[in-house]
Order: sequence, then C-alpha cells, then structure tokens
Amino acid sequence: MANPRRRILLLKCAIWLTGLGPIVWLAVGFFRGTLGVLPVDTIILVEGRWTLVFLLATLAVTPIRRLTGWNRIIQLRRLLGLFAFFHACVHFLAYAGIDQLFAIGYIIEDVLDRRYITAGFAALLLLIPLAVTSTKGWIRRLGKRWVKLHRLVYVAASLGVLHFYWKVRADTFWPLVAALTLAGLFAVRLAYRRRRLGGRATSSR
Amino acid sequence: MIIRTRKSSDIPSSEITPESVYINRRKFLGASAGLGAAAFLSRDAAASPISTRQDDEPNTWEEITTHNNFYEFGLDKKDPSRNAHRLVTKPWTVKVDGLCKNPGDYQLEDFIKPSTIEDRIYRFRCVEAWSMVIPWRGFPLADVVNRAEPDPSARYVAFETLWDPEQMTERRWKPRIGWPYREGLRLDEAVHPLSLLVNGLYGKELPNQNGAPLRVIVPWKYGFKSIKSIVRMTFTEEEPPTTWATQSPGEYGFYSNVNPDVSHPRWSQATEKRIDGSKFFGHRRIDTLFLNGYADEVAHLYEGMDLQKYF
Ligand code: HEM
Repeated sequence: MANPRRRILLLKCAIWLTGLGPIVWLAVGFFRGTLGVLPVDTIILVEGRWTLVFLLATLAVTPIRRLTGWNRIIQLRRLLGLFAFFHACVHFLAYAGIDQLFAIGYIIEDVLDRRYITAGFAALLLLIPLAVTSTKGWIRRLGKRWVKLHRLVYVAASLGVLHFYWKVRADTFWPLVAALTLAGLFAVRLAYRRRRLGGRATSSR
Repeated sequence: MIIRTRKSSDIPSSEITPESVYINRRKFLGASAGLGAAAFLSRDAAASPISTRQDDEPNTWEEITTHNNFYEFGLDKKDPSRNAHRLVTKPWTVKVDGLCKNPGDYQLEDFIKPSTIEDRIYRFRCVEAWSMVIPWRGFPLADVVNRAEPDPSARYVAFETLWDPEQMTERRWKPRIGWPYREGLRLDEAVHPLSLLVNGLYGKELPNQNGAPLRVIVPWKYGFKSIKSIVRMTFTEEEPPTTWATQSPGEYGFYSNVNPDVSHPRWSQATEKRIDGSKFFGHRRIDTLFLNGYADEVAHLYEGMDLQKYF
C-alpha cells in the first residue's frame, strides 16, 4: 500500500489531469476541427457537464469520508471545488463570449427571462465567494462562519442540476441521474448528522 | 423596430461551392419555381464579387450531413450521421389516408415519378437558433396533395416518420417523446409552391440522417416542422396533434413559423447562428428574418392571425 501522503499526491495529480483534460481535449478538437459544425455548442455542453461533475465530486468528499472513515480525503476538496469553478467560468465565457458575442443586452435578457439561464447564473455567482474564500487564510479568518458559508455549495449544485433539467428538451435521463446523485450525497450527510445527534443523546443517558 | 425582410429570391447562387459545380446553376431557385427566378438570376452578376460564404451561400455537404436533429438516431447533433446508416430506405412505402379520394399505399418511386424534380436553395432555420442554407432536390408537396385529391372537408395534412426501434437507436429508456414523430401543415401551407417533398441534396440522393428517402421542407417554419423519412400522410379536418407541440405546448406551437418577435421561452429567436465555416468558430450571428425571409411569398397565409398567439 502506498503511504497515505503519496496516495493523496497521486489523487491530486489525477484530479489535475481530469480537470485540465477537457480543456486540452477541446483545444485539440478545436484546432483539428473535430468539435462538430458548431464548436461553440460542443464547448458549452462539455464544459457544463464537467462543471457538474466537479461540483458533485466536491460534494462527495465529506460523505465518502464519513462512510469510509478516510479523513485525509478532505485534502482533495479544495482542488475539486476550484476545478468546478474553473469549468463553470469556461462554460459561462463560451456562452457569453462565443455564443452571445458579449452582447450584454441579450445576456441580461437571458439571465432575467430564461429560467434555466437564471438558475445557472445564480449557481455561478454563488461559486464566486466560495472560490475566493477557499484559501487557508480565509479559512482561518472566517473560522466557524467558513463552514456555514461553504454550505452554499449545496445550493449552487442544486441550482446547477435545476439548470440542467430545465435546459434539456427531451431526454431527462442525465439531469435525473445528477439529481439522484445530489440527493444521495445529501442523504448520507443527513443520516450521519442524525446518527451523531442520536449518538450524543445515547451517550448522555 | 425595423424588421429586415428580404425576398427569398435574394439568395445568391453566385458563390460556387465545390458540391454545386456539377449543376446547372439556372436550376438553383431561391424561391418558388418561376416566381423569383428572373430577378434572382439578374442579381447574380451583381452579387458575384462577394467573397466567400457571405450572406446566403449554401453550406457544405459536410456541414449539412453532420449536424442533424433526428432523435430517433440519437440526441447529439452528430449521432444521426453515425447511426442513420442503419435505416433501410429501399423499398419504401408511403401510406396516404384520411379525407381524400385516392388513399392507398404508394411505392416511393410511384410517388415521385409523376413530378418534375427541381433543385432549390433554401434557408433552414432550426428552432434552436442555428441556421444553414441548403440546396435541396425535390418536388412540390402540392403535386402529391393534388394527386390524392383531398375532400373539401380536409383542412390539414398530417405526416408521420417511420418508427422502427430495430433500425433506430432507442437508447436507455424511451425519451419522453412519443414515437412515431408526427407533424402537420394546414392544407394551404402544404400546397404553397415553396413547400417541397425532398429526396435529394446537392443533386445527390438524400442522406439518411437528413431524412431519406423522402421528407418535407417548409422553409419559412422552424426545422422540426420539416418532417423526415415520411411513411404516412393523412388528410384531416381537425388540426392534427404534432410531436413537439404535444410534448411541450408552451414552447412549440402548431404553426412554428420563424418569427424573431416571438421568443422561445428558453431563448430568444431574434438572432441566429448561421453556420458558415467562418474562421475560428464556424458561424456568425445574424438577425433572424420574419418567416425566415420568405414573408413576401407566404405572409398572406397568416393575414389577420395573431402570430403571438398562434406561434
Ligand atoms: C454552476 C453552474 C453551472 C452548471 C453546473 C451548468 C451545467 C450545465 C449543464 C450540465 C449543461 C447541459 C450540458 C448537456 O446538455 O449535456 C449546461 C448547458 C448550458 N448552460 Fe450551464 N451550467 C452552469 C452555469 C451556467 C451559466 C452561468 C450560464 C450562462 C449564463 C450557462 C449557460 C448554459 C447554456 C447556454 C447551456 C447550453 C444550452 C443548449 O445549448 O442547449 N450555464 N449547463
């Protein structure tokens, strides 16, 4: 068995590769002309999917820790969260820049009038303070409030799933998979919490 | 606001794309046969200095055949080009039924033979706000309607796409769409000279992913109205149920005329991404034209109708 520190290091490398992989894939595809006839649509879809994958992966860290008792996994959370934010930014910039050509009027109209864009945009906005306060300094400075603040990631992920669900036209399979995954992760947390509270009650008996 | 309307005949035929070299250019008609042809040809010379892929130059074969919505073969745009080879188009029968004098099961050849095949370049505007310019080959839908001799009570014609899970890709569970795919037109729309039955592209046989062996093309409506791989035509008195309007009535109407002033609830229809192979991103954003630029020819069909209501 690799030693625990090495295992984290390896996993971090894997996350970096997975995180940058889609960008490399898109860049190569772009220059080779294999992203289809409307590359911008491919970029938006691929980046939207990876945003969601990284958000859900971020949220999976604590449940996995609870279920396996592997505490060190927490060291991966920040990287996963930042990659979620990174892909959300690329996703948004592809939409705002390449698709809408930074036509602020149209973008504002979309954000206000189209509920799936409203949800996605709200999710992105919520991720900004989380990314900013993800450093050690901010964790120290905010103390207990940091934990509270970062619960917002649940709201962001829910909005992201809603955005996905509202966006699809026919096949709700993947949005539902995402929703179930999110619900599952949430359930593990709640169950753990209840058990912990229950456990306390038992021990004080 | 000024709505820029152009005659459909404005489509210049001057830009020769590789695929179009084969064909007598006179046959490229932007509008209904005869109607716009003269004006269109005289414009030719004036339009010729325009550089590559300006305005309404036809898309390439590659673009037209690899970016398709044909959900029976998968939901991604590239899926139909990968999967539609499984569709068996020969032999092919089209059932004509409903309120008409000459119902029956027609062999495709018998369906097509009596008509004169023409090439026509039309704009194609998808409801998803992308567009192309496509040189179809086909014949007036009116030919077939007239031969069927609809009863005086018939006011609509409904169409059905083949549904055969053996040949088509039904992945995972059935998407919420109820197959077979159905579409419909008002009879006066169907017999309008712009409405085509299409069996070819760029003078060649229509590729499966584009709706072989026979599809409808109604260029002033969003693309999903132009139903593919037709196996049935039914004349009806009542407005027939259509797939997308049934699936999401708030988003897709029976008419679905291209209209920059009626937004789709989830996105604006004011502009579109014209796929044109241009540098970097392969498209440019252009204003969407009322009735896709065919207002001069077809606006009279909707006189007095509230197009916000009958979207
Ligand atoms: C955390 C934030 C976000 C997440 C998790 C997310 C996720 C997704 C996902 C999963 C898709 C669908 C991909 C597919 O169909 O396979 C998508 C599509 C899309 N998203 Fe987002 N998104 C987010 C933020 C945004 C923002 C801020 C915008 C723009 C303001 C946006 C605009 C779009 C657009 C335009 C599409 C494509 C719709 C289409 O082409 O049909 N998203 N997003």
